[in-house]
Amino acid sequence: MSDALCDLSGAELSAKLATGETSASDVLASSRARIDAVEDRVGAFLTRTDQLASERAEELDAYLSSGAPQSPVAGIPIALKDVLTTNGVRTTCGSKILETYVPPYDATAWARLAGAGAVLVGKTNCDEFAMGSSNENSAYAPVHNPWDLDRVPGGSSGGSAAAVAAGEAVWALGTDTGGSVRQPASLCGVVGLKPTYGRISRYGLIAFASSLDTVGTFTRTVRDAASMLQVLAGHDPRDATSLDVPVAVYTEGLGRGVRGLRVGVVTEAFGEGVEPGVAASVRAAIDRLAALGAEVGKVDLPHAAYALSAYYLIAPSECSSNLARYDGVRYGYRAPGEHADSIAMMFATRGQGFGPEVKRRIMLGTYALSAGYYEAYYGQAQKVRTLVIRDYEAAFERFDVLVSPTSPTTAFRIGEKADDPMAMYLNDIFTIPANLAGVPAISVPCGLDDGGLPVGIQLTTPALDEATLFRAAHALEADLALDLRPPLLEKAG
Amino acid sequence: MPVEIDIEHVAKLARLDLSDEETERLRTQLAQILEHAARVGEVAAADVAPTASPIPRANVYRDDVAEPCLPVDEALRNAPERDGDRFRVPRIAETGG
Repeated sequence: MSDALCDLSGAELSAKLATGETSASDVLASSRARIDAVEDRVGAFLTRTDQLASERAEELDAYLSSGAPQSPVAGIPIALKDVLTTNGVRTTCGSKILETYVPPYDATAWARLAGAGAVLVGKTNCDEFAMGSSNENSAYAPVHNPWDLDRVPGGSSGGSAAAVAAGEAVWALGTDTGGSVRQPASLCGVVGLKPTYGRISRYGLIAFASSLDTVGTFTRTVRDAASMLQVLAGHDPRDATSLDVPVAVYTEGLGRGVRGLRVGVVTEAFGEGVEPGVAASVRAAIDRLAALGAEVGKVDLPHAAYALSAYYLIAPSECSSNLARYDGVRYGYRAPGEHADSIAMMFATRGQGFGPEVKRRIMLGTYALSAGYYEAYYGQAQKVRTLVIRDYEAAFERFDVLVSPTSPTTAFRIGEKADDPMAMYLNDIFTIPANLAGVPAISVPCGLDDGGLPVGIQLTTPALDEATLFRAAHALEADLALDLRPPLLEKAG
Repeated sequence: MPVEIDIEHVAKLARLDLSDEETERLRTQLAQILEHAARVGEVAAADVAPTASPIPRANVYRDDVAEPCLPVDEALRNAPERDGDRFRVPRIAETGG
């Protein structure tokens, strides 16, 4: 099984496709065989798109055999988190309230990949409306971490992370509002990128918290993340927050190394609550960066300690407003039976259609925005957000890249934190500040803990400097040269 | 300081039917979460401007040109209940008389 096409990187597949050594149909067959072999244990997908994928691969093979120029994305099997709309393919957001929703339009992120020849293999499981850090808030089923099936894959983009880790897809898209790409990437031993806010269009990303939501990528190499962002990045008139600034060439500086690069170690990120195995692995990776010639120093983000508090006011506030649209009128679930009037129908629809975490956040946000509390909660959180941004500005005067663990822990057991919202929210303590500030960050695997579970290191750069992010991450990845194959695949033989 | 929340009132604002069990659970959990979240108040920020969006962009305009929009059938395809070219809903006003 180790020779399977679906275990190769996108760059390797693209090279084989270019020479005709393999075909898009062969690559898809490999990915599909893997899905058939492991999906009953992993549960990464909510919807498979077998028929569409076959047709697409055949079209591509006809096109590729004509010798026409080829995008690095062409023929790559891709999975999409089920919060990104796909024209004609059910999009549920992991919620009962959208169980039968079939969007009439494609998300821009998907449209760009599709336009470059990507092959959609399915829509992935996630925490309901992307709210969660373990994928246990999916209204359908939990996802199992390919490294240990009794453990969570992280969340909220848990299905996408697990699919890429298990070779069910070569690449995947997720979304990251407070860490929902980077944390599952860390827990599943893959590369997870959250680019600058506004770099990838949010059109067709079903909104959770609009000022924080960012489309992100899952790949098994840093180079693939750069190739994927190359296609995804750019202005979209359909998203007013999308940035109308030039897109860098992300793969260009990959081989430049880290000599002279100023790397700031976030001191707060090695305190209480960080597992010893995580701290040890991340520290060892930082030592490697120093050995490769980076100038490593310490940096403080003094307001990072308040970022989690600010996030749990800002994100629920925006959520309570965004999710007001689910009212049982135009699309989605409507509570069955006779209703006294439309308002009663809306109360019943929302009460039945949303799960516990979504209700919790709608309630939290509604409260934080309600008369008499707005200034003390939402208003004050927005000011703290300004201070978090200033912390980054000060840090980036002295450093080019900041590093920390991505998550304080490795993958935890399914059910372990399910009844304790505060314990669950703490999973995102190191990832949230980048969302508040809008800066790009990436999680790269940096080792395994004593239990054999993956650890991720997070790198952060100033807004729009994804190129430096890739450069540093690539140097570290090349130096560590980890062979990350989940035990599941060895057993699958 | 524990936070006292009128859960029934907030649920009404959010248009959410909650069971008695959900109401009680949320009363406890929201108080815990808000106790943590209220730490934002410890930060001296009286003279700090609030941030609503990380990359501020104000007044993003487009040319005022009509573009094709979703056909009626497409727009109604996901409707829970349809009546001709309209969404059908339970009554929205008192019938009077």
